[in-house]
Amino acid sequence: MQPVFQRPISLKDVATHFCPGCQHGLIHRLVADAMDHFGVQPQTIGVASVGCSVFLYEYFDIDVVEAPHGRAPAVATGVKRARPDNFVFTYQGDGDLAAIGTSEIIHAANRGELFTAIFVNNTTYGMTGGQMAPTSLPGQRTLTSPEGRDVTIDGYPMRMAEVIAALDGAAYSVRVAVNSPKNILAAAKAIKTAFSYQIEKKGFAFVEVLSACPTNWGMSAVQANERVAKEMIPYFALGTFKEKN
Amino acid sequence: MAKVVIDEARCKGCALCTLACPKKLIRMSDKLNRQGFLPAVFPAECSRDCTSCALCAQMCPDVAITVFRAEKGEKP
Repeated sequence: MQPVFQRPISLKDVATHFCPGCQHGLIHRLVADAMDHFGVQPQTIGVASVGCSVFLYEYFDIDVVEAPHGRAPAVATGVKRARPDNFVFTYQGDGDLAAIGTSEIIHAANRGELFTAIFVNNTTYGMTGGQMAPTSLPGQRTLTSPEGRDVTIDGYPMRMAEVIAALDGAAYSVRVAVNSPKNILAAAKAIKTAFSYQIEKKGFAFVEVLSACPTNWGMSAVQANERVAKEMIPYFALGTFKEKN
Repeated sequence: MAKVVIDEARCKGCALCTLACPKKLIRMSDKLNRQGFLPAVFPAECSRDCTSCALCAQMCPDVAITVFRAEKGEKP
């Protein structure tokens, strides 16, 4: 029998600490798959954020720099400028990228830094126990918004892919989801395209991936996956918001 | 004719693969694995009906699924 689906070589053969149904593992696989596709694994330097994705140095077979809260784009800027021949990406959650690290990501994108940002949006702070994030949906119950997010007090969920697309320095900005096989294949393609922007020196690329957090949403894995389609995708529209040639 | 190999020890029982399979060939076990989850299982007799589309493996958040397809002329 010949294998038709195998673990990417850039992804270490170890168990992850993620909760059942958490799609970080899947997004890790798509990123590793893109590294395999372009053969960049030996020269890749990943920049990890703070949050559930902090342990990516345990899961990817690459070199990783662990950045302080939200500062992954600033660290990646330094890494890429000092070592322009290396392939550099950041992998950040919404509590990291869209809250404490908003300034860093916006300015890195605006400067057109030549690295790739993978942004996992699950509308909550996963690791710290499910507090409200800037991306939490209106009315979403979280640890810090037990009555649901009130937009008159807490503001509106931030659509980061659109925010980044509005900056002249950004070359590619896209939002994808991983809730169905069809969306997963589209996400895999978008991550490869984003990587090609760095390899071909076309500019800064940003991929927002909608993901489920069953534990902090208080749902089963299957229910959480359904919520992505029912509640998240209608607010966070999937699509390519910028594609510079 | 194809084969889906699920690493039962690594499966966390999220059941997303059972939704992804267009032929509904994967079911959940009633025996706990070492981690304390009820893992997904691919019954050997389902090999006949599996088309090796690998959508189950695409969907698995824990990359616990490997899919094989019979080579030309290979007998089951």
